[in-house]
Amino acid sequence: MATPSASSSSRRKPSLTRIFAWAIFIVCAAYLIVPLLTQFDYSLRAKRDQVGFTAYTNVLAIPDPAKAVTVETSPPKVALSLPKFYSSLLFSCLMAVLTIVVNTAIIVPTAYWVQYRLPRFKPAMEFFTVLPFAIPGIVLTFGLLRTYSGPPFNLTNTELGTVVMLVGAYSILVMPYTYRAVDTGLRAIDIRTLTEAARSLGAGWPVVILRVILPNLRVAVLSAALLTFAIAIGEFTFVNFLFPDERAFGSYLAAIGRNKIFEPAALTIISFLMVWAAVLLIQRLGRGGNQTQVTGIR
Amino acid sequence: MNQTLRVCQTLRVCPLYMDTAIATPAPLQRAPSRQVSWAWLGMLPFLLLMFAFLIYPSLTILSGSFRGQEGEFTLDNIAGLFQANILAAYRVSLEVSAITAVVGACMGALLAYAITWGGLHGRVRSGVITFASVAANFGGIPLAFAFITLMGRTGALPVFLRNNLGIDLYGNGFSIYTVQGLMLAYLYFQFPLMVLIMVPAFDGLKREWREAAANLGGSSLDFWRYVGIPILLPSFLGATVLLFGNAFGAYATAEALTGSKVDVITRVISRQIRGDVLYNPGLSYALALGMVVILAISIALYVWLQRITTRWLRQ
Repeated sequence: MATPSASSSSRRKPSLTRIFAWAIFIVCAAYLIVPLLTQFDYSLRAKRDQVGFTAYTNVLAIPDPAKAVTVETSPPKVALSLPKFYSSLLFSCLMAVLTIVVNTAIIVPTAYWVQYRLPRFKPAMEFFTVLPFAIPGIVLTFGLLRTYSGPPFNLTNTELGTVVMLVGAYSILVMPYTYRAVDTGLRAIDIRTLTEAARSLGAGWPVVILRVILPNLRVAVLSAALLTFAIAIGEFTFVNFLFPDERAFGSYLAAIGRNKIFEPAALTIISFLMVWAAVLLIQRLGRGGNQTQVTGIR
Repeated sequence: MNQTLRVCQTLRVCPLYMDTAIATPAPLQRAPSRQVSWAWLGMLPFLLLMFAFLIYPSLTILSGSFRGQEGEFTLDNIAGLFQANILAAYRVSLEVSAITAVVGACMGALLAYAITWGGLHGRVRSGVITFASVAANFGGIPLAFAFITLMGRTGALPVFLRNNLGIDLYGNGFSIYTVQGLMLAYLYFQFPLMVLIMVPAFDGLKREWREAAANLGGSSLDFWRYVGIPILLPSFLGATVLLFGNAFGAYATAEALTGSKVDVITRVISRQIRGDVLYNPGLSYALALGMVVILAISIALYVWLQRITTRWLRQ
């Protein structure tokens, strides 16, 4: 065991270590993969004695317009004649996009400003970015509802107000990750030189942020956006209380779970693939970095 | 640059490179105090967002916890937390979070070891990291569905065990709709998160230390006992605390998997939001405050452990 062969790394590792490592790997991999495999298998058995994608087509197929559910997404009122799968997914995507826009618009200038002009604010930012971890989703939901469902600010009785609450809550949730991604991105570029160059060429602050800083933070902003997607799409805690009409994808999933047998299995696989796609894209963007150690709320 | 400028202003000297500044004296005359107050304004949108959607609601919870029906100060709400059923819900939540945090931390750390120092490199490593990122983000309702299919009464695993090995899980008192079932489901997102946190920590352990230990005649076991584990311990403990918080705040998975069969504290709060029979506005504030206090303590612990960690594992 004591052979000092560490320089040539692992290829010549004692076999005991490798057997141990493989054993751990197999147990853990089984824990992760078996539930998905059985779920996939189950999702294919919607028709008796037959393996097929019936559960998937039940969920995904666009039926004839007469049978379709009409759901209005907001804030832009669009009447849609789509199965609930698409309408709820669209609603959640819309919320995710709004969150991404709000979050990017606030976090990028703030992180930039702290880095460029207010480095003394850094400890305060560290504190603020840790705060959301202390408030679990359900508690934040409760606090928001108690704060904004009565005078002086009654947000819950209008569509727009509820959307504002949801987007605000999501922004708080993803803020720590967005801030950290943007902050890391900012450290990698020389913002002082860039800013001074742009300013001396006559650029105003909006131009500096939008056309100089933001393009340099593409990767950070995009990863944060994908992460927001992954978190917001299946999110249940907030939408369950803010939109009790099962308009969002998370509550649609819960409703299907209560009412159907094989469709939940199909939806599990579909959601898993969506999260997978987001994670793969984030990793592509990060070029090998494993900076996705992040979780949404459960 | 700014700092130099300010120093020069106070000393009333100008270094050579500031010739241009003399030509246009406008920026020199701006008082530093006015600049600072203007710079503060740049933080306003961020502070507003934080205030409106995090701090103000939290203050509402805090003040509500100490207010009675008439808005007077009272400790009754806090005292109300010490009812048997509420304490039981807190206990279940703490138990589930602590156990899944510790078990998940051990599993995750072992897997992280396997793909770093254990020699499983290349494809296995990147595959594990990708899958762990997905699993750590994959919680809530779909996760509950998957575990019901796997281990529900007629699920794949109980049926397989009964038909092939003659083991009757449900006959022996197991059920996925219990605290144990909830823990099994939580582990699915707990240990992958641990892997993601611990892989960089294991990577941060320098190979030279291993060589140094070997040169001094230490065995592999000695290395881990006297060097590896002591260095990794703070980051391991910090991550465990993080996993604890991760499970403690979990709501969707519990709601979809065990529903009313297991009362975790998040479900008690959700019932208070809906305003069920036992609805007591003052008490619901106190319930929320209790969760925040527990999480705040664990985060303070995490931040402290993080400080110790960075001392050794700084790249």
